[in-house]
Amino acid sequence: MSPELILSVRNLSASIAGQQVVEDVSLDVPATGVTALLGRNGVGKTSTIKAILGLIPRRGEILLDGVGIDREPTHRIVQRGVGYVPEDREVFAGLTVAENLKLAQRGPDAHWDVVETLFPDLVQRSAQLAGTLSGGQQQMVSLARALLNPNRLLLVDEPTKGLAPKIVGEVADALVRAAELAPILLVEQNLAVVRALARDVVVVSGGRVVHTGPAAEFLDDPDLVRRHLGVHGDAPESAAAGAVPDGAHPTEAPA
Amino acid sequence: MNRASVLRVGIGILGVILLAALPLLNLRIPGVLPGATYEPGTLQLLALCLLIAGLALSYHVLFGLAGLLSFGHALYFAAGLYGLAIALRHWQMSLVSAALLVFVGATLLALIVGAVSLRVSGISFAMVTLAFAQAGSVLVARNPGGLTGGEEGLGLDITNIPESFVGVVNTRNLYWISLAIAIAVFALVTWFERSRAGHVAAATRENELRVRVIGMQPYLVRLLAFVTAGSLAGIVGMAYLLVQNGAQARATSADFTLTLLVMVVLGGVGSRWGAVIGGVVYTLLDQRLTALAGGEFIQSLPAILRVPLSQPLFLLGTLFILVVLFLPGGITGTVARLRSGGSVARARATLEQAGGAESDGMEVEAR
Amino acid sequence: MSTVLLLAITGLGLGALYFLVASGLSLIYGLMGVLNFAHGAFLMFGGYAGYEVSRLIGATTWPGFAVGALAGVLTGAAIAALTELLLVRRLYERHIEQVLVTVGLALALGALASGVWGTDAIIITGPDWMSEVTVILGARVPNNRFLAIIAAVAVLAGIVLFLKFTRYGLIIRAGVENRSMVTALGIDVRKSFTLVFAVGGAAAGLGGVLASQYYTIVSPHLGPSLLIFAFIVTVIGGLGSLTGAAIASVLVAMLQQFVNYYVFGLGEFAVVLALALVLLIRPRGLMGRVAA
Repeated sequence: MSPELILSVRNLSASIAGQQVVEDVSLDVPATGVTALLGRNGVGKTSTIKAILGLIPRRGEILLDGVGIDREPTHRIVQRGVGYVPEDREVFAGLTVAENLKLAQRGPDAHWDVVETLFPDLVQRSAQLAGTLSGGQQQMVSLARALLNPNRLLLVDEPTKGLAPKIVGEVADALVRAAELAPILLVEQNLAVVRALARDVVVVSGGRVVHTGPAAEFLDDPDLVRRHLGVHGDAPESAAAGAVPDGAHPTEAPA
Repeated sequence: MNRASVLRVGIGILGVILLAALPLLNLRIPGVLPGATYEPGTLQLLALCLLIAGLALSYHVLFGLAGLLSFGHALYFAAGLYGLAIALRHWQMSLVSAALLVFVGATLLALIVGAVSLRVSGISFAMVTLAFAQAGSVLVARNPGGLTGGEEGLGLDITNIPESFVGVVNTRNLYWISLAIAIAVFALVTWFERSRAGHVAAATRENELRVRVIGMQPYLVRLLAFVTAGSLAGIVGMAYLLVQNGAQARATSADFTLTLLVMVVLGGVGSRWGAVIGGVVYTLLDQRLTALAGGEFIQSLPAILRVPLSQPLFLLGTLFILVVLFLPGGITGTVARLRSGGSVARARATLEQAGGAESDGMEVEAR
Repeated sequence: MSTVLLLAITGLGLGALYFLVASGLSLIYGLMGVLNFAHGAFLMFGGYAGYEVSRLIGATTWPGFAVGALAGVLTGAAIAALTELLLVRRLYERHIEQVLVTVGLALALGALASGVWGTDAIIITGPDWMSEVTVILGARVPNNRFLAIIAAVAVLAGIVLFLKFTRYGLIIRAGVENRSMVTALGIDVRKSFTLVFAVGGAAAGLGGVLASQYYTIVSPHLGPSLLIFAFIVTVIGGLGSLTGAAIASVLVAMLQQFVNYYVFGLGEFAVVLALALVLLIRPRGLMGRVAA
């Protein structure tokens, strides 16, 4: 294994309630930058993330910074420095914003300064119950929970799902900042966001990896995109797709 | 029919013939049976074993087949038991009309309670069935109008019972009735399991969504299983009255339902034979442990051993815990595993499945 | 009027007992998804421990009662913690088998108590004040009712404060909501399982001591009968909700008392009927979450 990889997954398979949801996934995440995990709906992207974290029963080899974590329970893996932003945010609705963050704090050297600069809104709302926040605000709580700790890797699952275009931009900005602190494995449907953030892509189909390579190369090839994702380049069906985060563009105009 | 099933049917017929012939034979199994098989005491114990096996089979329809964890199944057994006792003693009905009335009553009771309880599932269902059974238990203990005899129980009024079913000399007839009922229950449960309704019930246990998709109502199928199990338990309860010569308040207790669960798990969840074997083994153990507890050997032990060992339920509860922890398939599952080399994990999976849709915290990715 | 008041206060006392059992059941279920059938046995052993210890010191003295109550609390907590560590933990995430193991334990412990103390009820004596009455607006209320109410309120307050202001409380509240996300924040949620069992067992142990004062007896049946009502309370209140359990405890006990007095002793049936109605109208209970 080359030293510049933070995460290396080999022959990962996983099942939920006896049903195989990840067939045979092998992928690498470099130690810097954003790697996007792409694929059509239901191909097992979320399950792959959950399997890496041990949230669902899994088999295969998973190395975090060269150390095998495939037999470790979830909380150990996270304690090794893995931040997780789940799909659908999963904030604790009955806890306040402050309590959500306090719960997430793993040690004394928490990055409160990062959270305060990135999400000033949350500081103001610290006494509010997380369940009463808007979707965008909840996503900020979910991101803040992960960014609060010193991480070696961030697993971020569909952070822009169901959010208004303006909020999508804010989330993407936060992710740019987060990527400076730790490498990210990102599941994302919004290809504009992927183009803005990701250096590499891993494409999954039918529970297997079907394509890996530089993000720009993949996104600029309409055939590849259509074949693997069923959409046309930067124009996926979702309405939020038009929202390209400002100031975060490595490349310009759509293919 | 292929050769294997011919063989199975053959063995079944032979087994039934052997069981039916027991009262005419002089077989002794020291340590298991109290005496020779033609003696009334032994025959009564065997009749009990058969009836409890039938009751466990009816519980299997609920728990093993439909995956409904009920803690109130004793209610329908008690309805049969007390219903018949009351109809015979207080209303002086003939045996046949009383039995018909009680059967209809127990079935209706199961229909009403099932219709309400099945509004919830999983753990809530378990608690609600327990609550209804408790209401039955309180009713019996309150002894309204002297109807149930309260804690004393209610003796069998033999006025309208055919003479051939009364008295120690006729124990063999009662044994044969018990055998017939056990076989009938087994046949009915087999038929139900293989019917379309049975297949759907098993399917709702494993995947409720899939059943909905094919346009079936899981609720109705579960209710059917609930009512079937309840009416079968009522029948067994009536026969139990004849064999035991009376109704005891213990039959209504929550403990009694729990022991049914113990039997089914002990024998092996999900299999008819498991229920039968569990029922028989449990009844024999209970009887023999009680006899042993009063015996000289245990009474001569120091208190720290004597006190727990003289409580059959303590030993059975402990045995049950050990089976759940270490032999997840119960007796039949362990035997099958030894023969086929299957894994403990698979047996566990079966047991978990039998509990229904309890796999919270892990929703299938629905995207 | 004095009858109504007497029934109301007695009902509150009974509700207090139900709450002491139901609070633990609800917390354990909420966090771990375990329906703990052995909870009645924790209560029963708490009652017996209280009886034995206060007898040593002097059952009719206040120190005797206080030390007995403490013994009941500790016994309940200890048995509960051992149950979690030795039995429930081995079957992590296997909810049906966890229920089965607690069923086996309930049967075994009940039988053990019958073996040690006999199946007959033992008459309990306490400080004289307990069996005396206080006259409030003409209602002659047995004093042990007040003690049960005060204890239940104290336990409720204690649990709420614990949940609100401690790190473990925070973990438990979050875990009741979404256990897997708690582990995904790097927290070993299993450590709090033993704690929740111990807290629930302690409340049940105290419930056992107070129940034996309330009924003036302790017997092997004490656990199962209170347990069933506690189950009804947790279902009506909504599984996993402490507030729901508190409200439902009072409602169920009041209903039981008033119907028992005014309608031919049909209180128990009224409670089961109420349960059926709640299920028909609102299957998740008063304060239950949508998805259990």
